[in-house]
Amino acid sequence: MGKCVCIIAEFRHGAFRRVSYEVASEGKRLADAMGVGLCAVAVGSGVADKAAELGRYGVDKVYVVDDPALENYLAESYVPAMADVVAKCDPSAVILPASVDGKDFSARLAARLKAGLAQDCIQVVCENGRIKAKRPIFAGKCFGWCEWAEGALPVISCRPNVMDCFAPAEDKKAEVEKVEVSIAPARSSVKSMDFDTSGKVELTEAEIIISGGRGMKGPENYALLEDMARVLGAAVGASRAAVDSGWRPHSDQVGQTGKVVNPNLYIAVGISGAIQHLAGMGSSKFIVAVNKDAEAPIFSKADYGVVEDLFNFVPAFTEEIKKLKSSCS
Amino acid sequence: MNVAVLLKQTPDTESVIRIASDGKSVVTDDLKWIVNPYDEFAVEAALRLKEKHGGSVTIISWGPQRVVESIRTAMAMGADTGVLIDDPALEGSDSLGVAMALAAAVKELNADIVLCGSRAVDYDMAQRGPMVAELLDWPHLALAVSIASDGQNVTIERSVEGGKVVLESSLPAVVTFGGSHAVWSPRYASLPGIMKAKKKPLATKKLADLGVDAAVAGTARVRMTSLEMPVPRSAGKVIDGGLDTAGKAVELVRALHEEAKVI
Repeated sequence: MGKCVCIIAEFRHGAFRRVSYEVASEGKRLADAMGVGLCAVAVGSGVADKAAELGRYGVDKVYVVDDPALENYLAESYVPAMADVVAKCDPSAVILPASVDGKDFSARLAARLKAGLAQDCIQVVCENGRIKAKRPIFAGKCFGWCEWAEGALPVISCRPNVMDCFAPAEDKKAEVEKVEVSIAPARSSVKSMDFDTSGKVELTEAEIIISGGRGMKGPENYALLEDMARVLGAAVGASRAAVDSGWRPHSDQVGQTGKVVNPNLYIAVGISGAIQHLAGMGSSKFIVAVNKDAEAPIFSKADYGVVEDLFNFVPAFTEEIKKLKSSCS
Repeated sequence: MNVAVLLKQTPDTESVIRIASDGKSVVTDDLKWIVNPYDEFAVEAALRLKEKHGGSVTIISWGPQRVVESIRTAMAMGADTGVLIDDPALEGSDSLGVAMALAAAVKELNADIVLCGSRAVDYDMAQRGPMVAELLDWPHLALAVSIASDGQNVTIERSVEGGKVVLESSLPAVVTFGGSHAVWSPRYASLPGIMKAKKKPLATKKLADLGVDAAVAGTARVRMTSLEMPVPRSAGKVIDGGLDTAGKAVELVRALHEEAKVI
């Protein structure tokens, strides 16, 4: 088998995304367990200047494909470049981010390499030289351990926010090698991009999420949750019932049809706890439920439950958090 | 425009999942089967493309004969024809093996565009669409929350972390679907639609019929060797203690700060 563990780092808007460091850290742990080195593949425009910093997270060598034609992520152009460089590394395993773009290029890359892909993994181990990876199925109602056939290349995408990230070793730099790849003219293209610069926290990357359900009674009442979110630096999510009612955008939906989240703290407000919602947030480290119905299923999953009318409780709770924050600062 | 939709049958999202006695599969006896919701969005989008451009919508699926019911559901919504790849060799395979079979079925159709869910709500593999595109050497656009086509090109809007991206591709291409029921509002089957669906052509094929080598497509590169249930969460503490609303707010903030240490 191969000579190294290879990670693929995700680069956007001139910087590596945090999940790249998580993937590098996980890759380093696996490489150490296998007794091999850790290399990285980084594709983008302007990525060569930043690549050495992956050394802080344990990467020995970074192969970069740096081309203005790769300014914006496009599967059709990125994947052939990634595949060429991965082949050059001859790895024993490829670890990459299960971010939105990461899940996309993972699948296309695995098909190109005729490799076996396990998406969205939450744990990777090496036992007697054999790699195993654990991943949620049925949106977290169950977990499956994946193993690879003899001779098959394991390609493993890691769920953001799960793998422990090393404290960066500021003085360590990775060796950087530029790789020239011929980039075929693409049939697809990026027409426009629109990124929210308001500092709103992305649900799948948030440490605290406050979600509102049917009990919110209408879109106007989400201001209560947004106030709380501002104080806590949290993201606001919603149940399917709230999204189907048109109160919140689909991108806020948490559940089996929607986003699966795993924040440190999940506060469910006016959410009864349908099975498909519980699947999407059940792996949160700490769960609080606020509901006026003491029989709501959400209470069976909550670490702390409050049986109260949310319209009375939430403003009082937000005030108390403000007091706490001002006493801490 | 000839549209192919790759459709998977999955357990209903309200299902309770239990591990079977073999330790590596789930109990399926008492499950209610549905069209994977993300594939249902793809069916809806396919029907809208057909309404605008004419042509046909073909459903391609795989699995045992129970899957026929889901193909008929899509036909009752308005799809025209169906192909079911029912071959025991695929049972022990992986996503790439399934993608090889699906890509071969697409090739036989002369499709202009292939649509499918970005993921299935059962095993969440999130691999099928991009893999089929790679095997066909077509571009793919993933996670559409809107789609438009002039017959030559297809344009989608895609949600990524913290933003939206608009992508375009010439045809043929593969498009995968994200979003939610609220975004796509997939149509319900009408009663006449259900009656008509029963008579629409549906072919069952083996891998050999598609020219796919069962030894390659049916050999898993990666497989799930064991399943485990999440550590059960026990119901925690109800903040009560005879406190009024304000008192409960004080107590919850204290507990989250001092005990849970999460704020």
